[in-house]
Amino acid sequence: MVSLLAMHITEGVLPVGWAAFWFLVALPPLAWGLRGINRRRAADPSWLPMVALVGSAVFVVSCMPVPVPWAGTCSHPCGTGLGAILIGPGPTVVVASIALVFQALFLAHGGLTTLGANIVSMGVVGAYAGFGTFHLLGKFRVPVFLAAMAAGLISDWATYAATSLELASGLPHDGPLGGMFLTIAAAFVPTQVPLGVAEGVLTGVAYRFILVRRPELLGLPSFLQPAAGEEL
Amino acid sequence: MRTAACGFAFPPATLMIFFALAALSPAPAAEPGWKGVDETVIEKFAEEAGRPPREPFINIEHGDLPLFLFLAAGAAGGFVAGYTFRGLFPPKNRPDHAPPG
Repeated sequence: MVSLLAMHITEGVLPVGWAAFWFLVALPPLAWGLRGINRRRAADPSWLPMVALVGSAVFVVSCMPVPVPWAGTCSHPCGTGLGAILIGPGPTVVVASIALVFQALFLAHGGLTTLGANIVSMGVVGAYAGFGTFHLLGKFRVPVFLAAMAAGLISDWATYAATSLELASGLPHDGPLGGMFLTIAAAFVPTQVPLGVAEGVLTGVAYRFILVRRPELLGLPSFLQPAAGEEL
Repeated sequence: MRTAACGFAFPPATLMIFFALAALSPAPAAEPGWKGVDETVIEKFAEEAGRPPREPFINIEHGDLPLFLFLAAGAAGGFVAGYTFRGLFPPKNRPDHAPPG
């Protein structure tokens, strides 16, 4: 049977001090994201359904266990890379936080004491890594599908790298922090490498679809702005 | 060459070898049950470090309740996603749909 509870940092795993620290780290990007949503909503109320769409997508995919048969495990995509390139990283932190609260409260998925750490890894690191990758590759004129695909892939891997760092720093261990981090990260690799590639393809397809159907929803980044007389 | 804060050096070739070896190796606690990485990685390392996970504040482990709750959550999330998707991307053949441009 595939495990239903398959992913975020579990309740009670992190010491109180580290749990509080990750809450404090999560607060500024969360406040920044709320400010961004309020400002954008004031300017364009029709943008909110896009936020709702991204929020529901992040919620569903991040509690959907995907089996990786050759690893004998299952895990989940994050969706925050796609969210970040659709609505921006700040709003993505907010919708990821809401999804994580619901999952911790009603699905025993993640935890309330580890909520800050999970917001930082999936919401903050995942969103900003995906957003940064997309725009960096865009500046080098990488085709938009590949840039979006890389954003989804890097976002997924960065999320689990951050989770590894949170565990390595919070759990008592012998030896250097770097060694513990690499040990935990290596344990994630058999599951997250194929899932990251799958999330990348999903992100590329979704972004390309919206770019073709409703480009005005995306608030096109500068590298995708068509030059005068040029069609998108 | 990039040096991490922990003092480890990560040249690209080292990273490629690391990913290749790790990807080809079985998961640390791979069992036929296809457990989630929370059990095979997070809880495994937490228990080894003497910090086993505690019971959730709202424990849903009662019979088929987890299945029901995950199904309900998926249905609710899917409804919101579908509803907003249809508003944002109406079918092309609808008379009120004006194609861009």
